[in-house]
Amino acid sequence: MLTVAGFGAVAIAVCVVAPLVGATSISLARVFDRSIAFADNVDAQVFFVARLPRVLAAVLVGGSFAVAGVVFQAFLRNPLASPDTLGVSSGATLGAVVVITFHIDTAFRGVSPVPVASFAGSAGALGVVYLMSVARRRGTSSTVLLLGGVALSAFLGALNRLVQVVGDYTDVFRSLRWMMGSLDVGSYTDIVVPLVPMIAALAAIATLPRVLDLVSLGEPAAESRGVDVKNAERVALISASLLTGSAVSIGGPVPFVGIIVPHMVRLIVGADHRLVLPGALLFGGSFLVVCDLVARTAFGPVGMPVGAVTALIGGPFFLWLLFRKFR
Amino acid sequence: MAPVSKVPMTRRTLVALALVAAAAAVPGARRMPSHDNERRLQPSVQARRIVSIIPATTEMLFAMGAGDRLVAVGSYDRFPPEVEKLPRVGALLDPNVERILALKPDLVILYGTQTDLRTQLERAGIPFYPYVHRGLADVTGTIRSLGSRVGVAARANELADRLERQLSDISARVSKTARPKTLLVFGREPGSLRGIDASGGVGFLHDMLEAAGGADVLADAKQQSVMMSTELVLARAPEVIIELRYARDDTTSARDLAVWNTLASVPAVRNHRVFMLQGEEFVVPGPRVAAAAERLARTLHPEVFR
Repeated sequence: MLTVAGFGAVAIAVCVVAPLVGATSISLARVFDRSIAFADNVDAQVFFVARLPRVLAAVLVGGSFAVAGVVFQAFLRNPLASPDTLGVSSGATLGAVVVITFHIDTAFRGVSPVPVASFAGSAGALGVVYLMSVARRRGTSSTVLLLGGVALSAFLGALNRLVQVVGDYTDVFRSLRWMMGSLDVGSYTDIVVPLVPMIAALAAIATLPRVLDLVSLGEPAAESRGVDVKNAERVALISASLLTGSAVSIGGPVPFVGIIVPHMVRLIVGADHRLVLPGALLFGGSFLVVCDLVARTAFGPVGMPVGAVTALIGGPFFLWLLFRKFR
Repeated sequence: MAPVSKVPMTRRTLVALALVAAAAAVPGARRMPSHDNERRLQPSVQARRIVSIIPATTEMLFAMGAGDRLVAVGSYDRFPPEVEKLPRVGALLDPNVERILALKPDLVILYGTQTDLRTQLERAGIPFYPYVHRGLADVTGTIRSLGSRVGVAARANELADRLERQLSDISARVSKTARPKTLLVFGREPGSLRGIDASGGVGFLHDMLEAAGGADVLADAKQQSVMMSTELVLARAPEVIIELRYARDDTTSARDLAVWNTLASVPAVRNHRVFMLQGEEFVVPGPRVAAAAERLARTLHPEVFR
């Protein structure tokens, strides 16, 4: 419990410090100086337009991917499961790539069509996941669901490549760039809109820690303790998929966070999902904020895609945790 | 007569052919990397059946009066309108070798980086011209070398001279005025400031901007394209922002430029100097570069071109 509180403290510290640091130096006094009009206050604009939304986006995206990863790994009983295992982020990617390639330019009330389409794409994949979980009622194992997800993911990936072949190479370039993930949202609308499904999904997942503990031990064990596994599974997979879709619509399919952060958190707090879930939310959020901070400062003013940094920092850190534990 | 003797004969022929091919390929391959263009420039034979899979070289061939020698073009070639009648044989990532060979070309113009295609053409004994895309100065350089390779050197030189004159005229006209700090954007998610791709301090867009009398705010970034964060836009504070739109089906209206208003402290936004220029000449480093540079110059220095 103390560890989770520690994660909370880290998350708060990171969120306070991150907007203060960047490639441009700004004066805090000027940021909050009300006597300068906002339109003329470069420091305030750097803080409120460029950095704060970016940090908030990183917290939400990192936390969501990590929590979704915990849920997928528990229910599919597979340590390699990730938010993309069931094809949800492939669906989101397909949506985004279609909009980029075919130049669908209609903006929806200040929200770019790209996040809208990626959310729609993930919702499409979510529909298929739902059908698969309903079909599972008839006594199939979770391995079947896993295989179905892998097939769906591969199918959507193939469609994605097909669309890219049709496109101009500048479109392909822009699609690839989107796939590397970016948290520079530049407005609060991009964050607030997906926040609604995110909160709903997190609320649903918050009811599940005990079920996740039991399901991790195996379906019969869970059922003998009176868990309605099928029902809980549907709630869990749909919420986790919704969480993934919302996160991808904000930051793109940032790799690594959803698969490794759950393991990192388990290495630190143990297997109890009452600790793992909040731990993943807080640690995943802080982790991505730090990665994005490195991405936007450590490589000169131009920066690096955050997706390249997550594994760069997370890989060695994870190996260290792993070997420290099993030495 | 006896079928038995036929088999070794064929095999011997094959071996001989392979040896000849190998002998022919080796010196060529050895010379290729360093003096690529030069080697292919030496024979000033007339090329009659040309395949050009690059929009820029296709435009160049038409502009130097050799358009009628083209038998096929690339997937992305759009200009001049005559190209619409020609068969298409793929492009950078997906050249259709079979179709190219079937057209029996006597010259294939390809990207210097298309090593697979080069190997296949070498094997088939089809000459090729490897195109390398660098800065603005290379446009006229390519026109001259391509012209002499195809056998229309005089007209190519004339075209190159004219372009150089036009470009230096533009530079001369704007040389007396202050050079505004300019951000040249060639990609962005519509309706938002996400995914801004801007021209960095090298390459043909950068050169064109400098020739048109603009100071590139990303001149220090030694790469062709820069992924621009909103923070970097605020920090560099450009005085002019020019967005280039070049896709045919790009229907974004100029109203979409209003998203820049979020960055109100940027001088370009404050002084209403955010512009959108539409046209594929901005992404094709061909004979239309002078026209493109002039459009940039008119946008940057309306007072000079009044």
